[in-house]
Amino acid sequence: MIKKITTPFSAADASDLKAGDQLRLTGVIYTGRDAAHKRLVALLDEGKELPVDLRDQFIYFVGPCPAPPGRPIGSAGPTTSYRMDAYSPRLIADCALRGMIGKGNRSKEVVDAMKQHKAVYFAATGGAGALIAQCIKKADVVAFDDLGPEAIYRLEVEDFPLTVAIDCNGNTLY
Amino acid sequence: MQRIISYDTVVEQVAALCGKAACDLSADVKKVLFSAKERETTAMAKDFFDQYQENSKIAESTRLPLCQDTGFAVYFIELGCDVKLDRSDIYSAVNEGTRKGYGEFFLRKSIVSDPLFDRKNTRDNTPAIIHLKLVAGDKIKIVLAPKGGGSENMSAVKMLKPSDGRQGVVDFVVNSVVNAGGNPCPPTVVGVGIGGTMEMAAILAKTALLRELGKPAEDERYAELEREILEKINASGVGPQGLGGNVTSLAVQILHHPCHLASLPVAVNLNCHAARHAEVTI
Repeated sequence: MIKKITTPFSAADASDLKAGDQLRLTGVIYTGRDAAHKRLVALLDEGKELPVDLRDQFIYFVGPCPAPPGRPIGSAGPTTSYRMDAYSPRLIADCALRGMIGKGNRSKEVVDAMKQHKAVYFAATGGAGALIAQCIKKADVVAFDDLGPEAIYRLEVEDFPLTVAIDCNGNTLY
Repeated sequence: MQRIISYDTVVEQVAALCGKAACDLSADVKKVLFSAKERETTAMAKDFFDQYQENSKIAESTRLPLCQDTGFAVYFIELGCDVKLDRSDIYSAVNEGTRKGYGEFFLRKSIVSDPLFDRKNTRDNTPAIIHLKLVAGDKIKIVLAPKGGGSENMSAVKMLKPSDGRQGVVDFVVNSVVNAGGNPCPPTVVGVGIGGTMEMAAILAKTALLRELGKPAEDERYAELEREILEKINASGVGPQGLGGNVTSLAVQILHHPCHLASLPVAVNLNCHAARHAEVTI
């Protein structure tokens, strides 16, 4: 059984998902990986406003290929998530970030923050970058343009295949 | 007899290899990867194999890369002693081909200039890593194995004691792969180098990844070792994407080399399920 979900995503929506659920996501998500996370947390430390409102939103850990002519984006599969473990708890606690999309296991600190604030960790299929690119209908840089593939993009996705890897109660497939 | 090969030919051929390796799963990988689905029992695990197959079809037809991490361009080159380029040198030609290929095929540029301080993107995916071997003859054989960060980061080298023996090797390799979990995009191909020195073992492990997938080691003792390690890895249940299943690795491929009487170096280098490689002989 494949469930369809959309963003924005509330705490109540998060509570409906269980580890192992197979999903198709349609809606707006934001990209972010190593360098963008570092900058977001630096802005929080300085008490400044973030360039994107992450409340009830999902961050997709991805650094896409350049877009060929006539396409919104190049190949765009997930990157390994543990490198964002140092930053994710802060975005979940301070910004009400609801979901993260990546590949591979997360730290105890991330899972604790997810349980406390009702956030979900989704696995996208590592190495399926061409397939995932077909699900991305629009891509616009919304922050940190100078970071190139590591900039924050606003993506409009349709039927993006995901699996709930760790649910908001801390149940995990890893 | 000396053979003159044009610098521009090498550049063109290398650029074409970059596109091919990024977008086309090779025939040996298709055969082993797609048939592995039958060994999975859950809908989730089977679905991943369907996605790998669909992804490969889309990449072939759209020329979007199989994976957004189009990697470090790692070349293994056999340069015939009778070959001379009409200008410059093989290192410059391969780097220029890399620059051209990564630009023309819209591949991601993933190389930073300084590993520790600036980490500034070189914006053309150079410098490439070039392993050059001089051989007899008048040809140049170029193998490109683009290497993504996710799988490369899960590599390991250990200087075992000779007394650790066969069991020491089995335990080290199995633990390295199982502890990597979903990070290297399983099902992986496991390259293992045994013997030589520390750096030799690492190069053997990477070279082992280039062997035709599914072809066992020539020495039956090592072929048996490959089967045993693979069985133990797949019994772990890590599975595709690390989310559970029967197929954690597609193959274990071992290369060995003479070593010092006091040493037993072992290196593990992983490839993701795409196990990208492409080659050309000029």
